[in-house]
Order: sequence, then structure tokens, then C-alpha cells
Amino acid sequence: MSFSWAKPYEPKHPLMRWIDERLPLPRIVYGAVGGGYPVPRNLNYWWNFGFTAALFLAIQIVTGIVLAMHYTASTEGAFNSVNQLIMRDVNAGWLLRYAHMNGASFFFIAVYIHIFRGLYYGSYKAPRELVWMLGLVIYLLMMATAFMGYVLPWGQMSYWGAQVITGFFSAFPLVGEPIRIWLLGGYAPDQAALTRFFSLHYLLPFVIAAVVILHIWALHIPGSGNPTGVDVKDERDTLPFHPFYTAKDGWFVGLLLLIYAIVTYFAPNYLGHPDNYIPANPLATPAEIVPEWYFWPFYAILRSFTFDFILEAKLWGVLAMFSSILLLFFLPWIDKSPVRSGSYRPVFKRFFWLLVIDVIVLGWAGGGAPTPFRNAVGQISAAYYFLHFLVILPLVSAFETPLPLPRSISESVLHGEAAEAAPIGAKPRPGSAATAVVE
Amino acid sequence: MRFILGFIGAVFAGVLLISLITGLATYFSNPPAPLAAEEFHLQPRHLALASDGPFGKFDNQQLQRGFQVYSEVCSACHSLSLVSFRDLRHIGYSEAEVKKIASDWKTQVPSINPDTGEPATRKALPSDTFPSPFPNEVAARAANNNALPPDLSLITKARHGGAAYVYSLLTGYRDANTYRDEHGKPLPADAKPGANLHFNPWFANLNIAMPPPLTSDGQVTYADGTKPTVDQMAKDIAAFLVWTGEPNLASRRAAGFAVVIFLLIATILGYLAYHQIWDEAKRAVRPTGPLKPENQAKSRRAKAKAGVAG
Repeated sequence: MSFSWAKPYEPKHPLMRWIDERLPLPRIVYGAVGGGYPVPRNLNYWWNFGFTAALFLAIQIVTGIVLAMHYTASTEGAFNSVNQLIMRDVNAGWLLRYAHMNGASFFFIAVYIHIFRGLYYGSYKAPRELVWMLGLVIYLLMMATAFMGYVLPWGQMSYWGAQVITGFFSAFPLVGEPIRIWLLGGYAPDQAALTRFFSLHYLLPFVIAAVVILHIWALHIPGSGNPTGVDVKDERDTLPFHPFYTAKDGWFVGLLLLIYAIVTYFAPNYLGHPDNYIPANPLATPAEIVPEWYFWPFYAILRSFTFDFILEAKLWGVLAMFSSILLLFFLPWIDKSPVRSGSYRPVFKRFFWLLVIDVIVLGWAGGGAPTPFRNAVGQISAAYYFLHFLVILPLVSAFETPLPLPRSISESVLHGEAAEAAPIGAKPRPGSAATAVVE
Repeated sequence: MRFILGFIGAVFAGVLLISLITGLATYFSNPPAPLAAEEFHLQPRHLALASDGPFGKFDNQQLQRGFQVYSEVCSACHSLSLVSFRDLRHIGYSEAEVKKIASDWKTQVPSINPDTGEPATRKALPSDTFPSPFPNEVAARAANNNALPPDLSLITKARHGGAAYVYSLLTGYRDANTYRDEHGKPLPADAKPGANLHFNPWFANLNIAMPPPLTSDGQVTYADGTKPTVDQMAKDIAAFLVWTGEPNLASRRAAGFAVVIFLLIATILGYLAYHQIWDEAKRAVRPTGPLKPENQAKSRRAKAKAGVAG
């Protein structure tokens, strides 16, 4: 329980009282996502994507469990169990399969917006470093789960994707190749690999769910951040999660589900690759091997290293690709600016939007067949990615002069009273409503 | 630590810069020759089908014509291993017709002789899938100059361009010797088809092992009286193969409309509820003058319920 004014749980029904006295689960839920969790009152819509991500995790688990009832994890039967049994013969099997396929994409969309929200508003900063790092663990687990899930239909892209991704390990000298063979259970993806990928694909979502609980637990110690980045001072700054944020999340989730439904029902294969409707063939390499869209930026980083500088280019690519995510774990200590929110950091804000564009460009570079132009663009944007986090961000946080912060959250929401909201001594901007008050 | 990380970042950026410079240097000093397969490869031609768009529905007449093309032409080499004879019920054939189509099918399905246990074949049943005319891959390759005719069940989902690709390919055979692209450029000698290959600019590497399957108008006699031009037959088979790839298309879209309408209503109601809940909270903190008497009691109730300080 984060704040002293958080309402304690008071059972309304004798049954709930009976349960609560024996197992305080209702109390925990009430304190976590109910009226007992005070949340800053000024959250904007970028704060809705955590809840959305959790919803898509639930959708993936539910559809996935039913799909697993009909799926055959064998190299002989996998393709047909998906494309014949599930898509044609199982009642509403096509819906389960398309919902699961596109659910993965929407899970990533929600999580990417959630991550960039965190980057902009400094959600990784003290005291929320562990919230951020647990979030990154969730993201890594998601990537592993999504990759292994993509292998399961045993189409051409499944097979060759597995070949390429497990091939990363063989980039490491000496130990790499034995590790790759050990992971695959053979020299190439085959029955052993498919069965273990299925097993892990079923396991990891539950691990993700467990880390989500830790993520929320760690969040509830300091409480949620907010767009001003200013700490909660008193009760006037917060609203109880329920009914205020359940209502806000509730309608917003409806909006996202609407987009998800339109894609699932009317363009279910839009985000996929046609080659995965060709059964896996170890003897025929597809003309282009591309991962799912959510891996494109990383694929671009991997491919961008084309020159053997001391180390092999492939090893550089693999090291850089892993580093591109691992460096995010160090972010709380890279960005030392005491101001959390990007809204009050004029220089940081510009570089943040440059990063957003950079990652989109990286995605473009990784999503298509390598041409000289695409490679060059990929190399420049990959270089910017590393420079942004490891060079520019520390410098910006050292030299930037942030804008004056509002004194408190509740004052920042009272529009037109900027004079009162600005810190004492801060000069209001000319032309603002506050100028009139001061004069 | 920030210095170490900054150094790592600079190293990655530096190696990327070297990669960029060497890549550009190679590109300019030794520009890659354009590949004929890239230069002459064409994007699929436009094809409009009844099943296109969110409101599209299958045209059963056309699907039946497409099935006729499949059974008289394509099925000589291609299987439909994911589609059962009984599925034809969904495109307008009666149960008796399906039974007859199955038992008359020119390729029988593998079986076991019930008396001797020897491998045998039997007539197809409605529950069987369309069999491959070849007993195995080796036989299929042996009969087709070492090329393997792909199963067609998912072909419109397994190719960029889908049905338009199938249509373009089937009508896209050209004479490699007289072919000129849109700039009037002839095909270079090394891109011309080898033995037993056929030039087709809609095929990825320009030379396809499949001989032109639809060669002349009137190759199939349509039961419904439609004029069987090559173009018409190609359109019909493309439409049929959209259905084999996505037989649930119609019910998927119908369900989609119901879901979208439901979600629209739910989202609008949710939005209104959200506003009702939040408006009270906003009024509770914002000193914008006293509330109207009828709203004061409402606000008090809402605040008490939500636990907001006044």
C-alpha cells in the first residue's frame, strides 16, 4: 500500500468478509487494482497501454490453451494440424488461430507503446528502476515466446526463422556451435526442436504472467508515475484506481479491441508472411527470410554489420543485437537527470522523437530484402540507436536545463492557474494566462 | 560506468560506420549488375473478385466453374490435400453430386485390399481430400522434369499477390524470344528459359517448369454457359483457389461485423460511463464556482462513493 490515505478494504458482503478473514485475497486485489490503490489524477492516455498489454496476455493464454488442444507438435503433422484441422474442422478454429496470431502482434503494439511511454516520461528513474527492469524481463520473455510460437505451424518461415535465430549462437567462437546443437537437439531444426519449442511456448506465458505480478507489485510500492513526473504530495493528487481508472481503461480497451477485431476478422494475414503457408522444407531456402514485424528493428541491427573488424561481422551483429536490449537495463543510471518527465526537458524531448523515428526506420530497414540503399539506411539508424542511449542521453542529462516543474500534480491539472503552479521565483512565459495574474 | 557504456556505444557506432563506408565503397567501385529476374519480374495484374473487400461474398457460380477448371486441368498434376470432397457442399453442390464427383474422381485414393492386406486403391468418398495424382514426391518429380507441382489448397495465401498472382501467372506465358518489357527491352540471353522451362514474367525467377496449362479458349466447356476464354478460366480458378485457401471467409466476415458492432456499442457506453465518473471528480477539485443545487447532492454522493476529499 503506497499512500497513507489509501482506503483499506472493507468487505461489503458477509461472504467476502468470511473469505477475507481466512485468505486476504480480496484485500490484495482491492489494494492492487481496486479502490484501495490511489493513482495520480493526471494520467493521460499513454498510461492505458499497461492494462491493454495485460489484457492481450490474457487473450493469448486463453486462445493458446484451446489451440494447444488441437495442435500436433510433430514435423509431419504440425502444418496440417494448424491449416487443416484448426482452420477448417475445429468449430471456430479459424477464429482462435487468427485471434492468437494477431493477438501476438497487438500484444507487441501495446508493449512497444508502453515502453516508449516509459522512455518519454522517465518511468525507469528512481524509485521505479525495478519496475522498469522487470518490464524488460517481460519483454525478453515475450520475444522468446513469440519466436517459438512462430515456429509451431512449421511453415517455411517457421523453419528458416528457427534456423536463423538459433544460428545466432554459432556466431560465438568455440562454444557457439555446441550450444546451438544443444538448444536445437540436433544439427538443424527438427522434431526435437519443434517439441521443445512447443513445451516452452506453453510454459513461458505463465512465467510472463508471474513477472507481470512482480512488475505490478514493484510499481505499487512508489505508486504510478504521472505526466509531470512530480511526486504525489497529498490526497488531492490522486484518485482511486477503481472506479476512475477502471472506467478510463475500460473504454480505451474497447477502442483497441475494435482495431484488433477489424484486423483479425477482415485482414488476418496482413501482418504475416505468405511463405508460412508453405510447409517447411529444409531443402528449399525462401527467397527472403524475414521475422515477424515486431523483430524488424533488431533484425536490421543484426544485418547492419557487414565488415569483419577484428571480430567476424556476424558476431558483431549478434553482440549488437543483444546489447540493444540489454543496454535498456542500464537506463536508470545512464540518464541521471533528476527531472523524470520529457515534457519538462526540451533537449531530451527532441532526441526522444528522433529515437522514435529511428526505431521506425530501423524496422523498415529490417523488414525487406537487403538492397544497398536499405543496408546503408539500416547502418546509419543502427548507429544512431547506440549513440542515442549510450552517448547522447548521458550528455543531455548532464548539460540540459529543464523547464520549471509544477509544484504539485493537483495544481498542474488546474489549467489557467500556472502562476500558482510554477515554482516560486520561476518566470511565467510571456503571453500565458499566468502573465496577466502576475501583472 | 557511463564512460564504459559510452565507449561501447561509440565502438558499435564506429564498426557500423566502417560497414557503411566499405559497403558504399563496394557499391560505387563495383556496382552490382541488375539481375534479369528483378528487372523483368512483374507485379500481379489487377483482379477483381466477388469475394474482395469487407462486404465481398463468394460467387458460387464462379467457384463451380473454377472447380471445373481444377478437375479438368489442374488436377492432372496438383493435389488439394487440405480440401475434402464434402467441402464442395459449401459452394452449391448437392450431397448426391458430391458423392458422384468423389466416386468418379480420376485418381483413386490409397487403401488396403481387405482380403489380402496388399496395398490397393479405392474410389474416393466425400470425406476424402482431393488426392495427388502421383503416389509420392519422387514419382511427381519424375513425371515433371524434376519439378514438384505444389499442393494448391493454400496457394492464394502462400504467394505475394494471392489470387491476382494466380490469375497473372496463368495468363502470363510469353514467348521469350519476342518478349519486350514496357521499355521495349528484350530479354537477355542468360535469362531465357532452359530446357523444359517456360518464360513467364510473373514468376519470381521468370522461368517456370509448369507448361502453360490454359492454352486455348474452349478448353473447358462450362456447364453454366459462360464463355470459356483463357482469361475467364484463369479468373475462375483463381476465385476457386481463394475459396480453398479460406473456406470460412464468409462466416468470418459475418462474425466480424457482429463483433465490430458489439464493440462499437460497448466502447461508446464505456466512454459515456467514463465521462460520467470523471466529470464528478473534476468538479470536485476544480474551483469553478458553486455547483447547481441539483448537482451538489450528486457530487457529494459521487465523492463519498469514490472516497475523494472535498
